[in-house]
Amino acid sequence: MLIKIAKPSDLHESDVTPESIYLSRRRFMGGVAGLGAGLAISGSVRANADYSDVPEGNAPAWLKEKISATEWKAVTPRDPEKDSLTPFDDASGYNNFYEFGSGKTDPARRAGSLKTEPWSVVVDGEVNNGGRFSLEDIARPSQFEERIYRLRCVEAWSMVIPWLGMPLAEVIKRAEPTSKANYVRFETLVDPEQMPGQRSSFSLIDWPYVEGLRMDEAMHPLTLLAMGMYGRELPNQNGAPLRLVVPWKYGFKSIKSIVRISLVEEQPVNSWQLIAPNEYGFYANVNPQVDHPRWSQATERRLPNSLFRPNTMDTLMFNGYADDVAELYAGLDLRTNY
Amino acid sequence: MPAQRLWLLWRVGVFLAALTPLLVWGWQVAVNAAGPEPGRYLLLNIGIGALWMLLLTLSLTPLTKLTRWKGFALIRRQLGLWTLAYATLHMASYALFILGLDWSLLASELVKRPYIIVGTLALIGLAVLGATSNRWAMRRLGKRWKPLHRLSYPILGLVLLHFFWVVRADLGEWVMYAVLAALIMATRLPPVARSLPRLRYRFSRT
Repeated sequence: MLIKIAKPSDLHESDVTPESIYLSRRRFMGGVAGLGAGLAISGSVRANADYSDVPEGNAPAWLKEKISATEWKAVTPRDPEKDSLTPFDDASGYNNFYEFGSGKTDPARRAGSLKTEPWSVVVDGEVNNGGRFSLEDIARPSQFEERIYRLRCVEAWSMVIPWLGMPLAEVIKRAEPTSKANYVRFETLVDPEQMPGQRSSFSLIDWPYVEGLRMDEAMHPLTLLAMGMYGRELPNQNGAPLRLVVPWKYGFKSIKSIVRISLVEEQPVNSWQLIAPNEYGFYANVNPQVDHPRWSQATERRLPNSLFRPNTMDTLMFNGYADDVAELYAGLDLRTNY
Repeated sequence: MPAQRLWLLWRVGVFLAALTPLLVWGWQVAVNAAGPEPGRYLLLNIGIGALWMLLLTLSLTPLTKLTRWKGFALIRRQLGLWTLAYATLHMASYALFILGLDWSLLASELVKRPYIIVGTLALIGLAVLGATSNRWAMRRLGKRWKPLHRLSYPILGLVLLHFFWVVRADLGEWVMYAVLAALIMATRLPPVARSLPRLRYRFSRT
């Protein structure tokens, strides 16, 4: 294994930049100007956390190298006790990835058929520097960071996952958006040969799976383009080789296995909004005050749980990232813009 | 072995077969093989199990007509009660494992969510049928017993609606059960019902 495994004793609390400091500094610096500096906060590369029980992946050499140079624990939860890491087996064994079936264990069982190498991503639309880029080209100029984020599924369960990747903002800036770029639209791969869920005749999703962000959401420093998790590359069922992670929005916004990133003028219609506009909106910000029509969003079940310990906890506004993102939505009625 | 004994053996066999899925799921949870959300695992499996029990119960009458075998009629009450048992366990799983026995939340969800309302109505219907499935109730109800127990048809409709409203992205599994249910109900249309014994006659001659 290429990644150096440090003993837990090698890691000290003081090594870690707490989420609160990271975020408060971010607010202090403000705006896009602070982006570059924000990434350098914790300075030197930290030791890897203990992922010795995580199965080694099969990443190409360049990605292994990229991951080994990660700035570990760049963002960590404010309350590491409450938000302790979800075990890898659960994070990689219990997924919604309808391209591989609608059961929670379908993706883990069936995503082996996905070929993630070679992989390229089209960047197009309102950009001066678009084109088709290999995965390596997208990753090369950026420093990987490990960010431990809460993941709140719209189905009222949640996990805590250590992602590896780079801010989406860096990729977008390199594409040189024009003044007409108001939104970012993402597409997942369509290939029924590799993705059995796309062969179902009763699927309600009109493939490809589409997601979108407003430009300021996409440029926000918390918004991550992930290529790995738990110190390794993404397992296929978690959206390999490239996925979005937007921690203050419901999980379905964090689109998986991305093949296209388009900068567009008009607000894109995301897949879930197309299926059930009364249940899923464009924003999909985590909001305990606005219920899903079929269930309450006031609480969540932190997984893994057990039969008589459902691990229910209050859901936080913007999934606990309100200090950092609430200002994006000042003046917006979150009840109608769910 | 006397015939009486054989029938008893048949009924005990059906009892054990109907109990087995519950034991298997419980075992999976006990050995930590049910995933990170075992409560939801039980909830969904038992829910589908309840639908299976209902479909099996409702297929006994057409099967009897088709085969004239006495064994199907002998397990009708038992399978009906198994349907009620599975449905009750399904509801209990929801209250216990998903809501964590938060009674106020349960009360508000019960009136707010259409799919839960529909599921609860089906459960109440099954409870009424279960309570009137004994000999005493049958005697008391007399001629009204049969129309009362035809409630199982609208209950099947409610259960399918409940299931339909839970589906998020793919209707495939639901369509399979809906088609099965439609086939079973179609055997009750008078022209089809009349032709079932004739079908048996044809089979028995060849």
